[in-house]
Amino acid sequence: MSIVNFTPFSAIVGGALIGLAAALLWRMLGRIAGVSTILGSVLMEPGNDRIWRIAFLAGLVVSGLGAILLIPNAVHFELKAGAGQLLVAGLLVGFGTQMGSGCTSGHGVCGIGRLSTRSIVATLCFMGSGMLTVFALAHLS
Amino acid sequence: MSRAIVAFLSGLVFGAGLIVSQMSNPAKVIGFLDISGNWDPSLAFVMAGALAVFGAVYWSSRARTTPLLAPRFALPTRDGIDRQLVAGSLIFGVGWGLSGFCPGPAVVSCTFGDWRVWVFVGAMLAGMLLYRSWPGRQPIPREA
Repeated sequence: MSIVNFTPFSAIVGGALIGLAAALLWRMLGRIAGVSTILGSVLMEPGNDRIWRIAFLAGLVVSGLGAILLIPNAVHFELKAGAGQLLVAGLLVGFGTQMGSGCTSGHGVCGIGRLSTRSIVATLCFMGSGMLTVFALAHLS
Repeated sequence: MSRAIVAFLSGLVFGAGLIVSQMSNPAKVIGFLDISGNWDPSLAFVMAGALAVFGAVYWSSRARTTPLLAPRFALPTRDGIDRQLVAGSLIFGVGWGLSGFCPGPAVVSCTFGDWRVWVFVGAMLAGMLLYRSWPGRQPIPREA
């Protein structure tokens, strides 16, 4: 193993922004900033909570749009997987995050931040299977 | 209305954090997951930064009884480790490793001009609907 492409400074600053956003949602609305649960709930749960959830998702989309329009050189994006692989991956991510009730944001940031045992276990599971999958792709293909 | 504005701002800052940290760059994410090859530990620092800020606010606000714009804090209600949690997270991780995308970054990068992101997002929404409409599944707990 060798260490490559290490960018600790932008990683910590970006991470702090993610934490700040989650803290804002928690302190103001009393809600967990978990993207998979917000997405799944917008799809399937009618009611008042739909409004703030859609607003949160709109904020995510606008951040991407704003960055690509205003500071395109600062946006790093490289996608290697083909469409077929992404189709399978998307199904697994959608299904798995609903079954496991969370993803990288809800379990990985908010859940671990709350010291939730469930979220710690969930994060170890998806990081473990993610690493195994990348290993398998690299060595079996 | 003020709740929607705060949620929008939260999403905006969240997305900015994903872009700055390169969580929204699938190649970077795969570099982090590739511990047997050329490992890029950056994303561990993303998590550390996020946990430090969220943790500080969460633990310092626990004594307060209510959030500023809502009647109460809504915490996940499900308790204990169960099969859904473990199996679901393992399945999610496989999709994450195959693509380099988790849900937040996928939503953020759908305007980056690569149509394959839409393939992923469409499939992800289909997978979510599939699980949520699964007959006899456990009710969705308030979590993540």
